Amino acid sequence: MTKQVQQLDRVIIRFAGDSGDGMQLAGDRFTQETATFGNDLLTLPNFPAEIRAPAGTLPGVSSFQLHFADHDILTPGDAPDVLVAMNPAALKANLDDLPRGADIIANTDEFTKRNLAKVGYAASPLEDGSLSAYQLHAIGITSVTVKALEGYDISRKDAERAKNMFALGLLSWLYNRPTDGTMKFLGSKFAAKPEIMKANIAAFQAGWNYGETTEDFSVQYEVKPAVMQPGTYRNITGNSALSYGLVAASRRSGLPLFLGSYPITPASDILHELSKLKRFGVRTFQAEDEISGVGAALGAAFGGSLGVTTTSGPGMCLKAETIGLAASVELPLIICDIQRAGPSTGMPTKTEQADLLMALYGRNGESPVAILAPATPADCFDTAIEAVRIAVKYRTPVIILSDGYLANGSEPWRIPSVDSLAKLRDEFKFAIRNENPGADGTPGFLPFQRDPQTLARPWAVPGTPGLEHRIGGIEKADGAGTISYDPDNHDKMVRLRQAKIDGIAADIPPLEVDDPDGNARVLVLGWGSTYGSIGAAARRVRLAGGSVAQAHLRHLSPFPANLGEVLLAYDKVLVPEINLGQLALLLRGRYLTDVISYNRVRGLPFRASELAGVIEDVIANV
Amino acid sequence: MSDHANDGADSAHSPRRFASLTLVPKADAKLATRDFKSDQEVRWCPGCGDYAILAAFQAFLPELEIPRENLVMISGIGCSSRLPYYVNSYGMHSIHGRAPAIATGLAASRPDLSVWVITGDGDALSIGGNHLIHALRRNVNIKILLFNNRIYGLTKGQYSPTSEQGKVTKSTPFGSLDTPFNPVSLALGAEASFVARTIDSDRKHLSGVLRAAADHRGTAFVEIYQNCPIYNDDAFAPVTAPASRDERLIRLEHGEPVRFGAGGSQGLRFSRYGSLEAVEVAGADPASLLTHDARAADPSYAFALSRLDSSDFAHAPIGIFRQAPRPSYDELMSAQIEGAREQQGDGDLAALLAGADTWQVG
Repeated sequence: MTKQVQQLDRVIIRFAGDSGDGMQLAGDRFTQETATFGNDLLTLPNFPAEIRAPAGTLPGVSSFQLHFADHDILTPGDAPDVLVAMNPAALKANLDDLPRGADIIANTDEFTKRNLAKVGYAASPLEDGSLSAYQLHAIGITSVTVKALEGYDISRKDAERAKNMFALGLLSWLYNRPTDGTMKFLGSKFAAKPEIMKANIAAFQAGWNYGETTEDFSVQYEVKPAVMQPGTYRNITGNSALSYGLVAASRRSGLPLFLGSYPITPASDILHELSKLKRFGVRTFQAEDEISGVGAALGAAFGGSLGVTTTSGPGMCLKAETIGLAASVELPLIICDIQRAGPSTGMPTKTEQADLLMALYGRNGESPVAILAPATPADCFDTAIEAVRIAVKYRTPVIILSDGYLANGSEPWRIPSVDSLAKLRDEFKFAIRNENPGADGTPGFLPFQRDPQTLARPWAVPGTPGLEHRIGGIEKADGAGTISYDPDNHDKMVRLRQAKIDGIAADIPPLEVDDPDGNARVLVLGWGSTYGSIGAAARRVRLAGGSVAQAHLRHLSPFPANLGEVLLAYDKVLVPEINLGQLALLLRGRYLTDVISYNRVRGLPFRASELAGVIEDVIANV
Repeated sequence: MSDHANDGADSAHSPRRFASLTLVPKADAKLATRDFKSDQEVRWCPGCGDYAILAAFQAFLPELEIPRENLVMISGIGCSSRLPYYVNSYGMHSIHGRAPAIATGLAASRPDLSVWVITGDGDALSIGGNHLIHALRRNVNIKILLFNNRIYGLTKGQYSPTSEQGKVTKSTPFGSLDTPFNPVSLALGAEASFVARTIDSDRKHLSGVLRAAADHRGTAFVEIYQNCPIYNDDAFAPVTAPASRDERLIRLEHGEPVRFGAGGSQGLRFSRYGSLEAVEVAGADPASLLTHDARAADPSYAFALSRLDSSDFAHAPIGIFRQAPRPSYDELMSAQIEGAREQQGDGDLAALLAGADTWQVG
């Protein structure tokens, strides 16, 4: 049967089901098919912190949203065009996000009296006409799958579990996705269980065939590949990109990578990824706690490794004292804070960017460190390399502020050639004997004698003859590094440590402003993972005829040298943040600019439509 | 028994190297005690037991026969933790309780270093208890010297986790309420592969224990009874004063019958329920009297020994309770890396970045 094919420029789909329904896997596979097809894409997994919340309940709903297009896109999308709802809870939890006319594919088998009651439906919404504004496809996904797998020697439970592959097959047909990758994936995932493998492939094909043969679906959609820069691409999540960035930095610096880490959501995947990479000489140490994780990383850095620790907000609190020690002994250390909703345990699987002030100021004493924030999942790779560059060149802790959205979200990434990566080897040298002869001409070593350009102290690793020295958290005499309680020396050291961090501003790119027509009087300034939402909102405003400039901060400590000028060049500066105005506070304090804060702290990225409205309001009031 | 543990100065010339140093380079030239003295003025209180420990340690260091630059001292916070400043090697005076964590990262990434942790009863057993027990079970190649003075000195005299119950201090004017830790029992419970105890004032014994610790690849835990003359003077007098010492101290020697008391008149035997009891040797069934075995794979006997030491020092065993080598954490970590390289080849960065699913544009 030949069906009508309709061309679309972009589509947003959301798979939603119970935590045990395999929605993340179905979403991942659809993403991979879409990436291989050549669409631009962005994803937003959204899942509960509980591994298996009570089945069929609202807290147990897990979803995966994917936005793909024939042009470059910046966000995982605001409102899904298609919702796959595997049970009543999945429908109820996601219905508010659907625009009228959206397609809903609902698994009728799960719309039982009991399941409906669990989420407060008196009658089935599939039957009471309440979904008349939508295009409803009511399919017994479980029973059709089980029926399709009748000939296979597997349990009924295993047959039911293959229903996510049926849904994936159906969606793959609907959007005409290439299927080879999924076949290959199922082949290797279930290599040890051939019967399960065959059944999953059959379920996937049954879903595809269901779309092709039933009259329920009269239209098949096509989204042409996006025009992208030539190159080799892959799809990548933020946590993978960060892991690979650290490995690349290790290779490019010649420093062996040592990760000290304690499992915590949403950072653990970096530990998982790096623990697989022993062939790169990576040492991963799963510590007894967050303090030990960062302590071991600092110990390794003292010994000349690239010391890294990974964590999220609550773990950052515990690491504070050691980061302070690293700032005091002036050793390179990379701290990756994959921010999540707080305070305290907060919402572990939901995103937020409220650790900025903690990263800057959450330690005793004047304890300056460098801080970077990636803008997109793929940008985590470049940010990791830049963080290592700063850490080894200036011998300082560097905090990377990623977040849950970047960590688990994914996008196509043009794979860089290894040769194009920064040559970090040229950024630092270990100290060697007699590099710093004493004043009287005898060989001496001053562990806190600074490089006049960078103000970095020598990185003298144990095992280097002639440079034996002691460091510690007690204040050190300028130059000699011996214990000093001298008042003026302390004042000097406090200022030197700050000046070293401030000086990095001369060594980072200026803040670039995207102001296409040059007429904008309003600047939207963001940092971190809001880049996509702000960019998409700015595009909407411009398409509607408005003028707005956008700039995004990757370096948060120090700020780029031209930030003050940029702020002055616009009548109004809007600062959207997923916190209560932390960057805004810094900008007001530093530059006396009365920026306009826009804050939403919902555990989710901003919607582009919402930000577009906010920008238009600001423009209207200039 | 190791060649080093008990045979005094000759061990420096032993043809065999200390087991913890197999991956550490050998010194080109002989070093002397003075080579390990830093130019920093030692600033402990007059009469502090730390002086004796420092002197014994510095005198022992040449026996390691390693270059000074391959020795690293890591400490936490407290009086004892100032020691690294006085040793002319690499060192880090770190954060309260965290020295084992920092030393773990260093030792696991640099098997060519000899890493020593200097800590105290508050540092290791109170604020740093978690790091201590995990370092012990991991068996990282570090040597932990715990100076136990049963008091907080640097903060001017509060009771510590090893203070006897009822201790009257500035923070416990009505007497402390908590039951103290027995550091040796704790270490054995934490799966330590080497556990010993010695005394600051017994230089010969202290040096022998340091040798044995150096000869153990893995985590070596050494409790050192250390007198604080200011806040807890004579805390260890029952086991150091000549009048009572011989009755109470039990000197453990591997392979030797356990004997103590006047003229070695007392020995040890197991009671019905597995604890140890002191008995007069004369009249006891010789087969029931124990010969010390530090090498036993099962730590039960060592633990029973450690329970003889109560707060009132009725009996205080010193020496090596347990010395049962097993592969160290850093060795296992290195072996995994080598194994991965053998099986998968050296990491190919371009291949890693590309992954399995790529597509071409243009």
